[in-house]
Amino acid sequence: MSLSAYIPIVGLLALGAAFALFSVSIAPIVGPRRYNRAKLDAYECGIEPSPQPVGGGRFPVKFYLTAMLFIVFDIEIIFLYPWAVSFNKLALFGFVEMVLFIATVFVAYAYVWRRGGLDWD
Amino acid sequence: MSPVLALVPLAEESVPAETFQLPQIDYAALAPMLILFGVACVGILVEAAFRRFPRARIQLPLALLGALAALVVVIMTAGKRTITAGGAITIDGPALFLQGSILVLGIVALLLIGERTLERGGAFVAQAAVTANTEADRSQAATSEGASEVFPLSMFALGGMMLFSTANDLLTMFVALEVFSLPLYLLCALARRRRLLSQEAALKYFLLGSFASAFFLFGVAMIYGFAGRVDFSGIDQAVVGSAASPLLLYIGLALLVIGLLFKAAAVPFHVWTPDVYQGAPTPITALMAACTKVAAFGGLLRVLYVAFGRSQWDFQPVIGTVAVLTMIVGAVLAVTQTDIKRLLAYSSIANAGYLLIGVVALNKEGLSSSLFYLVAYGFTVLAAFGVVTLVRDADGEATHLSRWAGLGRRSPLLAGVFTFILLAFAGIPLTSGFTAKFGVFAAGVEGGQTWLVIAGVVSSAILAFPYLRVVVLMWLSEPSESTPAVSIPGALTSAALMIGTVATLVLGVVPTVLLPIATRAAEFIR
Amino acid sequence: MQLTTLAEAVSFTSPSGVLSSFWLLIAIPLVSAAILLLLGRRADRWGHLLGVASVGAAFVLGLVYFISLSGLDNKELSLNLFRFMPVGDLKVDVGLLYDPLSAMFVLLITGVGFLIHVYAVGYMEHDPGRRRFFGYFNLFVAAMLLLVLGNNYVMLYVGWEGVGLASYLLISFWYLRPSAATAGKKAFIMNRVGDAGFVIGIFLLFATLGTVQYDEVFNNISKLSAGTVTAVGLLLLIGACGKSGQFPLQAWLPDAMEGPTPVSALIHAATMVTAGVYLVARSHPIFDASETAKTVVVCIGALTLLIGCVIGCAKDDIKRVLAWSTVSQIGYMFLAVGLGGAAYALGLIHLLAHGFFKAGLFLGAGSVMHGMNDQTDIRRFGGLRRYMPITWATTGLGYLALIGIPPLSGFFSKEPIIVSAYHHEGWLGWVLGTAALLGSGLTAFYMTRLFVLTFHGPKRWTDDVKHPHESPKIMTIPLVLLAVGSVAAGGLLATSVPDWLTPVFGEQVEHGENWLVTGLTILVTLGGVGLAWVLFSKGTAPQEAPAGPVVTAARNNLYADAFNEAVFEMPGKYLTRALVYLDNRGIDGLVNGLAAAVGGGSGRLRRAQTGFVRSYALSILGGALLVVAAMLAVTLG
Repeated sequence: MSLSAYIPIVGLLALGAAFALFSVSIAPIVGPRRYNRAKLDAYECGIEPSPQPVGGGRFPVKFYLTAMLFIVFDIEIIFLYPWAVSFNKLALFGFVEMVLFIATVFVAYAYVWRRGGLDWD
Repeated sequence: MSPVLALVPLAEESVPAETFQLPQIDYAALAPMLILFGVACVGILVEAAFRRFPRARIQLPLALLGALAALVVVIMTAGKRTITAGGAITIDGPALFLQGSILVLGIVALLLIGERTLERGGAFVAQAAVTANTEADRSQAATSEGASEVFPLSMFALGGMMLFSTANDLLTMFVALEVFSLPLYLLCALARRRRLLSQEAALKYFLLGSFASAFFLFGVAMIYGFAGRVDFSGIDQAVVGSAASPLLLYIGLALLVIGLLFKAAAVPFHVWTPDVYQGAPTPITALMAACTKVAAFGGLLRVLYVAFGRSQWDFQPVIGTVAVLTMIVGAVLAVTQTDIKRLLAYSSIANAGYLLIGVVALNKEGLSSSLFYLVAYGFTVLAAFGVVTLVRDADGEATHLSRWAGLGRRSPLLAGVFTFILLAFAGIPLTSGFTAKFGVFAAGVEGGQTWLVIAGVVSSAILAFPYLRVVVLMWLSEPSESTPAVSIPGALTSAALMIGTVATLVLGVVPTVLLPIATRAAEFIR
Repeated sequence: MQLTTLAEAVSFTSPSGVLSSFWLLIAIPLVSAAILLLLGRRADRWGHLLGVASVGAAFVLGLVYFISLSGLDNKELSLNLFRFMPVGDLKVDVGLLYDPLSAMFVLLITGVGFLIHVYAVGYMEHDPGRRRFFGYFNLFVAAMLLLVLGNNYVMLYVGWEGVGLASYLLISFWYLRPSAATAGKKAFIMNRVGDAGFVIGIFLLFATLGTVQYDEVFNNISKLSAGTVTAVGLLLLIGACGKSGQFPLQAWLPDAMEGPTPVSALIHAATMVTAGVYLVARSHPIFDASETAKTVVVCIGALTLLIGCVIGCAKDDIKRVLAWSTVSQIGYMFLAVGLGGAAYALGLIHLLAHGFFKAGLFLGAGSVMHGMNDQTDIRRFGGLRRYMPITWATTGLGYLALIGIPPLSGFFSKEPIIVSAYHHEGWLGWVLGTAALLGSGLTAFYMTRLFVLTFHGPKRWTDDVKHPHESPKIMTIPLVLLAVGSVAAGGLLATSVPDWLTPVFGEQVEHGENWLVTGLTILVTLGGVGLAWVLFSKGTAPQEAPAGPVVTAARNNLYADAFNEAVFEMPGKYLTRALVYLDNRGIDGLVNGLAAAVGGGSGRLRRAQTGFVRSYALSILGGALLVVAAMLAVTLG
């Protein structure tokens, strides 16, 4: 197959990158600079930010657990979508396979749940 | 027309709705793997359903039964030759032989993993998430039952290895690679003692393993660019018939092979091996040294013989060079090791080199002798690490070689067994080490790779030195104060040791119990 | 005559019936030896009984087989048990051959062996190592039986080395005694010299004929060139000389008397040292095919028999005199088998007769030592006849048999050899005959000296000997039986053995009687006896008297040790030193240099293993780049 079909995409990519670069670099040059205290405060609302250690500090491992579980189910959804689209063609076979797939993921879910992976403390 | 819109008709063309059909699936052929994965899932449910104490009692029999059942199925389907699951999986002679080997060696490794009498709670940490060297860690190391997740993880790893050696296209192969690698990364981190070392090993293995996987994947992409397909027979046809630039083929093949050689621990992709072998819990090291080697070489053999067999003149010199480097560097580095696990790691690297001779030979003898070698080496290395688990003091295993001085006086039986194993590694006749080496060397000569055989003999001579040094240390040195007592092996370790030692002896004295099987199996199908 | 033996094809048949189990002969003592040596102290209490019983059982079996064999038409039975060494074209079976020659040896080994085993039960009673002794003894019997029962040269060699091992172990049985340890080593090393020749002979047979089976070798011997046959014969002869203490390898045998006396009797008198004779007799088709080899055999035999006699006259140690006598008598046997033809049987008759009377003499000497606080110097005995009547009588009979007084066995066995020697063609016959005749006189002289000084004349005992006593029954009964053998065996053997051995050596024409030689022999013998009686019946000085050059030379074993030292040992030492130097500097230097290089390389390479993931990843990346580059270079370059 010819790679020339992809040239427009490369062009689009270059265009997007150039726009981003242009916007970021032009702003400090042409924008007005007038300082006041309020501008340095936290945006929107909420508590005052406290100083963070260099490198972002430590997160409790629980965040990662939650994030990982999220990814697992996220991916599950991704697999479910094409199956749903071609459900009619895959018929019973597809259904059984998908049930097995979901069951497998559910096994992991049951494990995490029972072993306290979802308890925050 | 806007560039984005141009993509849409292209995508619709590529999957015409009429040609879609369901893949044929030969469930009998897949049964061994399905059993292993199924048992692994059941194992996780057991983890979820039961309390800590009964879990360990259920998991080991469950895992062993599963592996045994899979083995029975493999043996029953020994005559099967088919490509199934939509061309994703091949069940042929080498595939069945490799599956059987992985299962048998895996069962022996499971025995070592399941041993709980040597140390209270077994060789594994109870809660891997507890920070190492804290008060909580010390208390759990002293009292808690080890994590029983190691069994489902091992089963996933074994299943992945089986899938890896039966995969019929590069993508399935990649998935399998990850399926067996990820559990191994985890297992490496689960040592009860010296946890920081263990975690460091796991992290290194993971990082470098991902790095190698990336090479592999990149190679897959290149090969796809060259052949337009990822299945082995398609690549095989493309190697002679494709109009695309061979540059893609060569770069892709090189990258693909790098990913595989990493798992096989060939120089210069071996750097992770000593650190990981040393840091991982010893039963897991045994599992990796025996089973991962089988899977990695199984994959390598299949890729090179089935997909790229017709461009053998292109890669033989390169892989041959890697083989020579592997043999020599592994042997030379083994000379100055002072830790028995690192010594065995370098020995395993050198053995990868000998196996590569069989791979590079690219003939039927090369294939059958490699298959034989994998089994023979697997048994021996399992027994070797089995002995390592027994030599221990209050702080766990005593792996520094100085601590092994005079072991022959303290426990002559164990030292005798270990001496026998070391002699097998050194390739002394009447051990499987000799018959196996002889096989690959003969195949190398047959395949016109005499230079590799010369390097192999030189490397064996160098390697004999570190092995015999340990023998001398055990028998001719006086035991010192610090020579550790040898634990009485439990039934499981005894069984593993016995199987490993007896197999080493039997395959050395009557190799004909296995050689004809390997010879009969040594035929790939496309 | 030689033509008939050559023409007849040797063909062995398979044994059937009782005889198919004749491998048991070897198995029984072997198992017994294994039990005794492996069980260790647990077998101490009953070990000697098992040892005796196993040899007794082998003797009974030997008798049964002997009787069965005598009823058969085809008397050469070969039994292949299993394949021992399948290496390329070389296929060696563990195979046994039971023919009249082997059968005779089996009876000698087990029969005399049994008596000596019984004797040893008494002799070794107070020795803490008695069980070990019997273990080695059984091992010896098993190996000796394998030696005579093998059906190919490799089996013969296995047995050959087995008896060598047992001999070594038994000579240095009292290994804490430096002289015993040294004697063991001496025996072993001198035997190795002979064995090397033997092995090369076997190699040569295999290289030229492609087989080591007796039947195949003998049937094809005519296909070999004369030079090859002679070379094979001489190489086998070197082996035979080593094992049988023949010139120039005789020096170890007298030193071997450091072992316990039953060992001297069984191994170094009756059986093992006759293995060389067996080898020559067994290989008779080879020697028959080479006149040169046969001539060398007779010359060695004649020379050795004189050497043995001369040295025997000058020795004062009772066992050493007997040992030199053994050397000399085996010289007679070599002379006989070297003459070939009918003399084969004569040599073997002498071998059997010698087995009886020499074993009896050694056991008698042991009995004397037993009663005399292990004194061995005949100048310190005297007048023992009254104290040890049974020993006196049995030793006396053995002595008379040895010197060949009719009608005792030595007369029937030795005298015909002398006659045959005179019948050898040409001037050589006269030389050989005269040497044998002279030897007979000298034998009479030194044996009379030994006998008279021990049992007659005044007492010259050392102070610690107060009451010499007769030995217990368990020792005297074997003595009596062996003495009966010495008396009776001669006539019996002389009439029956030649016929019995016909299947092995073929029909032979006997030389007629030669009354002149017979009369001369008896005369010379009586002269020797008379001279010794005159000189020694009044006793002798208990210290060594200064003597002329001949006696001094004889006392020093005719300088054989000095000769060996000067001719073989010193050059050997220098060669060894030179080789050691070469080895240390050259080969070891190379090896050590390589090892150092490997070690250094290892140390340097090890530094690449830093432990940092980043450097590992870098090395993988580097490796990957190299692999890709190499791949492209190979394929596109």
